[in-house]
Amino acid sequence: MNLKLKALKKSLWVYHVSAGSCNNCDIEILDLLTPRFDVERFGIVLVGSPRHADVLLCTGIVNKKCVERVKEVYEQTPKPCVVVAIGACACSGGIFRDGYQMAGPLNKIIPVDVYIPGCPPKPEAIIAGIVKFLKEIK
Amino acid sequence: MNVIYSFWYFVLSFIFLSVIGLFVSWIDRKITARIQWRVGPPWYQSFADIIKLSGKEVLVPEGSNRFTFIFSPILSVIASTICGTMLLLVLRKNFGFGGDLILFIYLLTIPSLSIILGGSSSGNVLASVGISRELKLLLSYELPFICAIIIPAIKANFTTSLIEIFQYQNLNGSNIFSLSGIIGFIIILIASTGKLGVVPFDLAEAETEIAGGALIEYSGILLGFYKLAKSILLFVVPLFIVILYLGGTPIIGFGSLLIFILKYLVVLILITLIRNTNPRLRIDQSLRFFWGWLTLIGILGILISLSGV
Repeated sequence: MNLKLKALKKSLWVYHVSAGSCNNCDIEILDLLTPRFDVERFGIVLVGSPRHADVLLCTGIVNKKCVERVKEVYEQTPKPCVVVAIGACACSGGIFRDGYQMAGPLNKIIPVDVYIPGCPPKPEAIIAGIVKFLKEIK
Repeated sequence: MNVIYSFWYFVLSFIFLSVIGLFVSWIDRKITARIQWRVGPPWYQSFADIIKLSGKEVLVPEGSNRFTFIFSPILSVIASTICGTMLLLVLRKNFGFGGDLILFIYLLTIPSLSIILGGSSSGNVLASVGISRELKLLLSYELPFICAIIIPAIKANFTTSLIEIFQYQNLNGSNIFSLSGIIGFIIILIASTGKLGVVPFDLAEAETEIAGGALIEYSGILLGFYKLAKSILLFVVPLFIVILYLGGTPIIGFGSLLIFILKYLVVLILITLIRNTNPRLRIDQSLRFFWGWLTLIGILGILISLSGV
């Protein structure tokens, strides 16, 4: 295991991509970044630009307007980067799977590394998912 | 021979300054976390950030000026390292020359200027908002900053040499134990938060408004250079304040070195406390604050120090 990968695992900078979400998952992500849950313990910091990001936290069904934007944000993120699909909608479509605006769950558009189901997932669940993922990669 | 020696001195002090600067920026983050009742990042956090950034892809946006875009982060690291090396030479070898205080003021503006240069070469709209704020902030905090630098220079018999200011305090006690010293210390403490770009005056890279500001297009090791320069400045600027205002114990032996580090930590913690207890100001508010009250009090401090109190 090399040093750079080890460093990447210790310092994940997240960027929040909201691709047509109903706002519930977004509120849970905001909760996640508050002092109560303190994700800076794991080196996780919210950044403002996809150029600085290592992790894209994507929420929502990707609707037809969002497809181009999500692809653009993914291409602007410097690699290696991790894509996390948060919530039932981003994982599989959820209750909106038959909606007229549905352009796919997230993994039809960009490669997804971590799926965190839940409608919405609790901040604890998001932390647990990301920590499990960090243990898996070598 | 002399050139080779100074080159290696520069390289060694770069390594020393980056290690200690990253460690100091961890102290800053940890204190912030403790104030917010959090656990905070582990001690290797800043090192992990820089190593991670060195392993990431570097994206140069289309339509940017490629040379300036790549050169300006390197310029900011070099300038902040030269600042740190000058202070280390003053402390370790008692080396200085007449007018190095003025040179130091110039060198301290170069990291801000390189952020402006890099942001404007990236061709991003939000970056241009960020650099316009950074430029106005640079103009506004420089005035009280220089006022506060003039006060110890006057007290040490109108000198422009860092080493003479430091040695004057060895003979006559710290500058802070006088009326004009207290005024100058408070002013330089507030102005240095603008210099470091920490929270009350971090509007140039306000993440929530303009998404990283001038640094929005930077990725990979180039962003790492900016972070490194910022960490080195976080070490250099409080050290500069200690030399100007909190001197008085010459560094001979281990005990006085510990006292010196303690003084440095006090200044660092004061800056961290300012950054944690204040909201971000708008650019017009900070301009009015710096050019209004702070400069007036600074000029008052200069007059008081001219009268010898």
